[in-house]
Amino acid sequence: MSGWFLTLSLVVALAAVHRPFGDHMYRVVVDKRHTMVERGIYRAVGVDPAAEQTWGVYARSVLAFSAVSILFLYLLLRLQDRLWLSLGMDPVKDHVAWNTAVSFVTNTNWQAYAGESTMGHLAQMSGLAVQNFVSAAVGIAVAVALLRGFAARKASTLGNFWVDLTRITLRILLPICVLATLILMISGTVQNLSGGTDVTTLTGATQHLTGGPVASQEAIKELGTNGGGFYNANSAHPFENPSVWTNWLQLFLILLIPFSLPRVFGRMIGQNRQGYAIVAVMAVLAIASIALTVGFETHGAGTVPQAAGAAMEGKEARFGVSGSAVYAAVTTLTSTGAVNSFHDSYTSLGGMMPMIDMMLGEVAPGGTGSGLYGLLVLALITVFVAGLMVGRTPEYLGKKIGAREIKLASLYFLVTPALVLIGTAAAFATGNNATALNTGPHGLSEVLYAFTSAANNNGSAFAGITVSTGWWDTATGLAMLLGRFVPLILVLALAGSLARQQPVPESEGTLPTHQPLFVGMVVGVTVVLVALTFLPALALGPLAEGLS
Amino acid sequence: MRLPAWLAHHLAALRALLVLTVILGLAYPLLFVGAGKIPGLSAKAGGSLVTVGGKAVGSSLIGQSFGDDPRYFQSRPSAGAYDPTATGASNLGPEDVVDTPDRQSLLTQVCARGLAIGKREGVDGSRPFCTADGVGAVLAVFHRDGFTGPVTRVVSVNQTGAPFLTTYQGVTVEPAEAGEDYRALGAVITPIRGNAPDHPVVPADAVTASASGLDPGISSAYADLQAPRVARERGVTLDRVHQLIGRNTEGGVVNVLKLNVALDGGN
Repeated sequence: MSGWFLTLSLVVALAAVHRPFGDHMYRVVVDKRHTMVERGIYRAVGVDPAAEQTWGVYARSVLAFSAVSILFLYLLLRLQDRLWLSLGMDPVKDHVAWNTAVSFVTNTNWQAYAGESTMGHLAQMSGLAVQNFVSAAVGIAVAVALLRGFAARKASTLGNFWVDLTRITLRILLPICVLATLILMISGTVQNLSGGTDVTTLTGATQHLTGGPVASQEAIKELGTNGGGFYNANSAHPFENPSVWTNWLQLFLILLIPFSLPRVFGRMIGQNRQGYAIVAVMAVLAIASIALTVGFETHGAGTVPQAAGAAMEGKEARFGVSGSAVYAAVTTLTSTGAVNSFHDSYTSLGGMMPMIDMMLGEVAPGGTGSGLYGLLVLALITVFVAGLMVGRTPEYLGKKIGAREIKLASLYFLVTPALVLIGTAAAFATGNNATALNTGPHGLSEVLYAFTSAANNNGSAFAGITVSTGWWDTATGLAMLLGRFVPLILVLALAGSLARQQPVPESEGTLPTHQPLFVGMVVGVTVVLVALTFLPALALGPLAEGLS
Repeated sequence: MRLPAWLAHHLAALRALLVLTVILGLAYPLLFVGAGKIPGLSAKAGGSLVTVGGKAVGSSLIGQSFGDDPRYFQSRPSAGAYDPTATGASNLGPEDVVDTPDRQSLLTQVCARGLAIGKREGVDGSRPFCTADGVGAVLAVFHRDGFTGPVTRVVSVNQTGAPFLTTYQGVTVEPAEAGEDYRALGAVITPIRGNAPDHPVVPADAVTASASGLDPGISSAYADLQAPRVARERGVTLDRVHQLIGRNTEGGVVNVLKLNVALDGGN
């Protein structure tokens, strides 16, 4: 399947489901009724579903849930040898277990381990896969809380986190996963609890074919923009992603929620055209990035790609160069980080594109929830910048963008670049860059990619670098933790302060935020901010390699 | 007794996590493990095993090594020797062109594979940026003033024997000394294109390692390249071999294990 056909068919499919699926998500988050199962869960959890939470209580609930999740997952990994289905695997090493627990709870799914030689089946399905669901639900819940902030008039509350978490998981994520698991199984993705099968190959060698509950984990890995592979080779592994059709399905699942959430935004504020403007920003950036990535890879510049005749190193025959390049762009434009090819062996400029996608802040369309709230923060910054330029009152959707709002938005934007650049500098200052496999500019790219991926909660890698040392596990763990929760708290604070405002009526001085001009401005602000922040680092890595 | 708020939050969190773990981490995957036992789904859920004479010889989804047996079509290079317990790629970059005592550069690996496959199939194994003896054609060029000025010394970094070029910009090319790091000495690393065709006879997938290390497929071009040798070794017609290639091709990609099993079955 050529990259162009793949891209075009995905655009058509997403355009078709954007409205009905967005409307479904909208109804889920505004519904006043609770199902019987949900009422049972609220009773078991011990919360009152009717209790509205202020932004502070909402944030503390998110943090409490995430803290408990990290601890639970850490213990599960450390104690896996004493539980069922461990397949005889050792307990996961302490620093790898910490890194992995943080990684899956923060929706990053950075993997400092190889699944097939580290994780038993229980750790995978009851530990890692559960976090695939709930970390995605947390992201959507926080985005919905921000939307409630925009929609509210002089309100002090943003909804109830426990209700959002439960409903998003049970009414949005789980039903789609059930369907997707079935399709994946029909297409050949494995689903069993076997410890593997030893076979004697045609030429008499022994091959140990692995087993596992892969299909059920694969579905949420993509739908929740998580990206943590059951096996080390991730979606390049034929048991995870057997054919071009499963590859298409995976890309569709990755993009489904992030591209449909702007519809929820439009419905919540009662102006669908505002949602379309946000989708347009996402689509412009995404299509440009996909086109560039496919272009660079199929052109195949560089010594080794030219010697080989095509940039096929680290790519699968069934996906080809362009089918791999589309996946690389999509997985980094969202916060997924699943890979069906290994980015480390990409052409210099083709390999730079996934980095740039992540540096954009993963907003085109970004992770489940985090993409929408990231882009709305950029929209606020754009309104502010536009206000400065033409002397208009900065306001967005009737809400005044005052000093407090713009401080929160600016801090939001600064967190991840600070983590990326300080982390990269720290690796070099302490000599920990020495674990890179490649040398020269490409070695720098491996380090830069690692921190870009961790701080932006992506999880993909220039995988040549060894990151299972104590230093790397600690450093990337901190980058993931701060890169997830600091922006998330700032967004909830922003939601709280927006909710308190009484909307101001539109005046002649109001900048229209649903027109192509505004779409162009948000795209421009996003690209300029990223270029100013990261161009020096990129110049030392992929640009130096690609242009020399 | 009323719990402090922070403790109540964490207790609610723990209960929520446990409830959700039962639903999402046990009921959901195990339901599908159960569904995977249903006839019709069970073969695929179990790993799409290929059997010959009642014994499993592999999975149609997972590539395997055919040990350079000339009677079989060969798979792509694998960074993990087709071991499903150690999957992954080489992760070497596009400008990894200088061999070191620890490991061969990616360029030399590509050159060496191209040469060996060319020899095996009796075709031209030459490639751009490769020497005739199958290593990366790469010079370390020393200039008088660092990066500029006249060339003062040239070394063929991947060759300790006779260099692939006698002179470069009027300077005699020296063979490399084993273990010397010429980049550190200030040389500019310069790959030399040579005059091999842009599209070498041995195709790209044949000389590059896959992403998974388990790639079950090869390009039609690589299968066609191997067909005459397989036909000769097995004493079957080339037409018959092409027929079987066609039957085991999907979307331009040939499933090597299924093809080889079909060949064995026809004998």
